Amino acid sequence: MNLGAYVRRQPGLVVQPRMGLADPRAMRAGLRATRDAAAITAGTITLDSYTRVGDLAAIEYAMREGIALNGYPIVSHSPEVTRAVVDGIGGDDFPVQVRHGSARPQAIFRAVNAAGLRATEGGPISYCLPYGRTPLAESVANWAECCAILLDGGPGAHLETFGGCLLGQLCPPSQLVAVSVLEALYFHRHGLRSISLSYAQQTNADQDVEAVYALRRLTAQLLPDADTHTVIYTYMGLAPRTAGGVEALLTRAVEIAAGTGAERLIVKTAAEAHRIPTVAENIAALEHAAAQAAARYGTVADDPGEGQIYQEAYAMIDAVLNADADLGRAIVTAFRRGLLDVPYCLHPDNAGRSRSYLDADGRLRWAELGSLPIRAVAERTRAQAVSSAEFLESLSYVQRSFDAPALGRSTPAALALPEVNR
Amino acid sequence: MTSPDVRRPPGPAQAGGMTPAGGLPRPAVLVSSMASDSHTWNLIFLQLLLEELGCAVTNLGPCVPDEMIEAECLARDPAMLVLSSVNGHGYQDGLRVAARLRARPELAGLPMVIGGKLGVSAALSPAQLEALFAAGFDAVHDDRSADPDGPLAFRRFVAARVTSAGRP
Repeated sequence: MNLGAYVRRQPGLVVQPRMGLADPRAMRAGLRATRDAAAITAGTITLDSYTRVGDLAAIEYAMREGIALNGYPIVSHSPEVTRAVVDGIGGDDFPVQVRHGSARPQAIFRAVNAAGLRATEGGPISYCLPYGRTPLAESVANWAECCAILLDGGPGAHLETFGGCLLGQLCPPSQLVAVSVLEALYFHRHGLRSISLSYAQQTNADQDVEAVYALRRLTAQLLPDADTHTVIYTYMGLAPRTAGGVEALLTRAVEIAAGTGAERLIVKTAAEAHRIPTVAENIAALEHAAAQAAARYGTVADDPGEGQIYQEAYAMIDAVLNADADLGRAIVTAFRRGLLDVPYCLHPDNAGRSRSYLDADGRLRWAELGSLPIRAVAERTRAQAVSSAEFLESLSYVQRSFDAPALGRSTPAALALPEVNR
Repeated sequence: MTSPDVRRPPGPAQAGGMTPAGGLPRPAVLVSSMASDSHTWNLIFLQLLLEELGCAVTNLGPCVPDEMIEAECLARDPAMLVLSSVNGHGYQDGLRVAARLRARPELAGLPMVIGGKLGVSAALSPAQLEALFAAGFDAVHDDRSADPDGPLAFRRFVAARVTSAGRP
């Protein structure tokens, strides 16, 4: 059950939910519904946040007291239970990926193996910096160990980078691309040969298209001997409030994926702004995305070539690879020197001297570069600091923009469709 | 809740941060989440807002253990501590942290504010608000209360207690 091989075989875009249900029977029903949806799908088991931080006592307490968990506690359930969840559903024709968010995921990886599953995701940077205070050097070591654990579980291992989604929003696309590629290289150096690289939809469709092309170009250049594909995440920040707004946002993500040849898409549901979505809401989102993808089959977005985003991402990757012969040490050194510096990330190992802002067209731009090694290629930054009011506006830009048509207001020009050639 | 009660008499702000040329020292403010909360954007907004109000901000970030909040308060002697929580555990976490800090004589007079989405689903009850004040907070800003004046009330609190204190 290799996710990479499965995706390569499909005639169109593979769509996938972010589904995670605490109860094994409900989780099984959710996987079955995903498999049976009118779409090319992959299955998802998203874990709860106590499992993410390794607080297994809290899960025991919640299970005993009947308190709802926000995902599937794979470490707390026995391997037999999880095998029964996927038995007869997961397989060569329907791979199931485990999604978590942990910087200390060894127990999760062992549980993945024990349940006979072969695909999961994350990365030493992307699952460390945004959440909590685990030292980056420890996360880097943990993820090396986890690559070995996953490979020990037998053939078919697949890992996806979460680096293209860092903090979900307000990170300029070039750094998302750079971190996604660096995490893929890290997995590769630790023996993985089936790898997917993520990129999360941001605030301007043209910029996203350019970023995905840059990601695909760098993947081809730096991982030529691996089985790779690209996975697009529907926007992860504040969701539109209207059903029409959420649908339009998802359609835009499909356009970015289909236009750039990305192979897989993680969807967002209409319920997301308010609560954890139901299985039925997930299926509706998957089928909407699949229909939109089918309607766009064969369309190709303009490829800007080795443009601005490619050049910035290349400069960051190049600087990190030159920081140390050992990629793990290079990553730690790079953050210490500010060669990688995630805007607004408060982790103690992030330099915190870069800043980003949205320009009038909704493009994510650098306001401050700190020590990022892109001064020679980056566009001019601006003089004034980002204010608290502007920052709040940035966080809700996508929500306001996509709700506007549904509420009878005009759509900002920035959100018009990217150029598409048949 | 309309505007946050101020339960302690204003005291002089401690000096901290850099001293702008020819100006007064900027008061040092500590911004932090608490142990179970991994959210960041609320903390960034508060940092930017407080900097605009003239404060020198140290932002401890998400998932800060109780003992670290205490150690940072003791080490930095800030003019104010701002705790922010949006994961629904703010009431419970806030009670625990406030009791711990107020138990230290050095921190008995530290202005302490808590705000965010403090309960899991609804606004805090009057009894819950009272419990947070009793535990030692000087102001409570519950996002889920119907108060449209919340951010303004916070600005007023900062102005009254920190940035203008001690000025001629």
